[in-house]
Amino acid sequence: MITIKNLHASIDGKEILKGLDLTVNAGEVHAIMGPNGAGKSTLASVLAGREDYEVTEGSVDFDGTDLLDMDTEERAREGLFLAFQYPVEIPGVSNINFLRTAINEIREHKGEEAMSAKEFMATVREKSALVELDPKLASRSVNEGFSGGEKKRNEIFQMAMLEPKLSILDETDSGLDIDALRIVANGVNTLKSDKNASIVITHYQRLLDHIVPDFVHVLYDGKIVKSGPKELALELEEKGYDWIKEEMAL
Amino acid sequence: MANYTENELAKDLENQEYKFGFTSDIEADTIPKGLNEDVIRLISSKKEEPEWLLEYRLNAFRTWCEMIEPEWAHVHYTKPNFQDIAYYSAPNQTKKYESWDDVDPEMKETMAKLGISLEEQKRLTGVAVDFVMDSVSVATSFKAKLAELGIIFCSFSEAVQDHPELVRANMGTVVPHTDNFYAALNSAVFTDGSFCYIPKGVRCPMELSTYFRINQGGTGQFERTLVVADEGSYVSYLEGCTAPQRDENQLHAAVVELIAKDNAEIKYSTVQNWYPGDKNGVGGIFNFVTKRGICGTNSKISWTQVETGSAVTWKYPSCILKGDYSTGEFYSVAVTNNYQQADTGTKMIHLGKGTKSTIISKGISAGKSQNSYRGLVQIHKNAKNARNFSQCDSLLMTDECGAHTFPYIECKNSSAKIEHEATTSKIGEDQIFYCLQRGISEEKAIGLIVNGYCKEVLNQLPMEFAVEAQKLLTISLEGSVG
Repeated sequence: MITIKNLHASIDGKEILKGLDLTVNAGEVHAIMGPNGAGKSTLASVLAGREDYEVTEGSVDFDGTDLLDMDTEERAREGLFLAFQYPVEIPGVSNINFLRTAINEIREHKGEEAMSAKEFMATVREKSALVELDPKLASRSVNEGFSGGEKKRNEIFQMAMLEPKLSILDETDSGLDIDALRIVANGVNTLKSDKNASIVITHYQRLLDHIVPDFVHVLYDGKIVKSGPKELALELEEKGYDWIKEEMAL
Repeated sequence: MANYTENELAKDLENQEYKFGFTSDIEADTIPKGLNEDVIRLISSKKEEPEWLLEYRLNAFRTWCEMIEPEWAHVHYTKPNFQDIAYYSAPNQTKKYESWDDVDPEMKETMAKLGISLEEQKRLTGVAVDFVMDSVSVATSFKAKLAELGIIFCSFSEAVQDHPELVRANMGTVVPHTDNFYAALNSAVFTDGSFCYIPKGVRCPMELSTYFRINQGGTGQFERTLVVADEGSYVSYLEGCTAPQRDENQLHAAVVELIAKDNAEIKYSTVQNWYPGDKNGVGGIFNFVTKRGICGTNSKISWTQVETGSAVTWKYPSCILKGDYSTGEFYSVAVTNNYQQADTGTKMIHLGKGTKSTIISKGISAGKSQNSYRGLVQIHKNAKNARNFSQCDSLLMTDECGAHTFPYIECKNSSAKIEHEATTSKIGEDQIFYCLQRGISEEKAIGLIVNGYCKEVLNQLPMEFAVEAQKLLTISLEGSVG
């Protein structure tokens, strides 16, 4: 699905990613954990194509194409989805209108016909139920006046609507209470298939109680320094990140 | 990576061409350039006008000669040479059309290029359209249906011939010929426009719509619109315009007068897309318009405008709230790009008791343009318990454009409640990135965000007009594809 090799990226001349390697196959869920400032959100931003970041070295292959050569919207249309840590509000633009525009842009890109209004509304009903999103929120302005939990659920709702190949969840658990966390995780789990994959970026282990990863990676100082099975997350939770630092120093 | 940046947007906006830039080759009957009493007599006689109207014109001309072109607006331009303008131009067709099949195919094509097929409009929406091409009405539809209700909807010239008493009694009562420089000029030389009368207690069953278009190079257009809604009646009137691409500046000085008698309501919506000049600020229409309405007791006048065109705009649709408990509303979206300049807003003159007014103004500035809101809320001493709410928002698309707000409040009654809110924001890169990440192109993203920003105003437009206005906003602000 995605193969990242020796990725270096910097912002304002400061290098954040310092040779990151990661391979994610279809059907897999990868968790990326790490202390503050390790470069977790930078990785998400670079993969999504945020222009503030400059890739100085390395390659990213996304399903056979050079991801770094694509524009932000092209990456999205090819099936890369980022669930934002801080979803943006767009006043006056209804969620429905926003999503319909997005879906039809993606369909056009694939040479498919636009989705009919009827099919679209049926999909909205089905997918909003999945994340227990109040259907009223679907017709409200994008994220405007949404609570923190509603914003995160709306991200997963959008993910469900757009059916991406690769989803990157950037700290989706931050600011969620335990019920919201369960709902969001349930949504992600339901959408999981052998054709798509997820990268779950998180600071805490608790999200991984609900979204069980196939692999856990520790990101530290711009590199993946340790990878392992899901039990690694528990170990991190128990010992904190310091032992990684110590291990690194050795 | 084509993530959105201000510089890229600025570049895109510069490259964007005016989408309605074309002219049609229809022979026109144009009188020589220049302005004097003889020209006015000629216009009046060509239109076979009654003596009183010629006198009105000549009075206006004499007043205009004494007036000085105003300079207080926040706009800079080379003043037009009024002797270098041809004041009359009419398509060279004398016969009136019985049906749409009789209309010159080229003229029909022009209408189609405007993006609004009249046939389709008639069929789909039931809009009656009085199409004005270069000053003379070439077609009027749905007349019979309207006539059944006693509604008069026709060109101004026809109204002068067929309903002189109505025209004479109302014309110039809201915007007198002495009102201002451009209104005086219009009163002297206006060639045509629209007239609408809704009888007592009648609710006009369809949106009345007029599309104006300047067509002949070097001709100014001076329309005059008069809408009279008699007691207890209702009408929604739509006015839209696009103009072909021209290098020389074209002057457009219209006058619109609305009269809402007791318990009547007039909704007047405008989409204005005159040629704005090229990306270097060459050419474009000067749009100096006087629009004003007067309200009787418990009546309502609502102005909605979407202004995207013209090189220079000077326009303040206003309400005189004379009758007690009358209501005035002004909803405006003004977009300026490249070197466009707009100074627009409203005047709400509260004379009666319990009068209410609402002002919602959304300015969008791009390129190197200057966009000003200028508004006056005036509460007179007898206007007990008058209320006003004003909201003026400005959205900046680049670092080189300007947004200005000039609100004036004059209050002579202490029971009045006046609220004014204003915001200025820059289009968010985060918002655009969010859209891009969902697969939405930059152009569509800007369209979505801008339309969202203007939603309160666009919601005031009749459905089919709102769709057109949204497209226009997107066209006006998006970069060229590629």
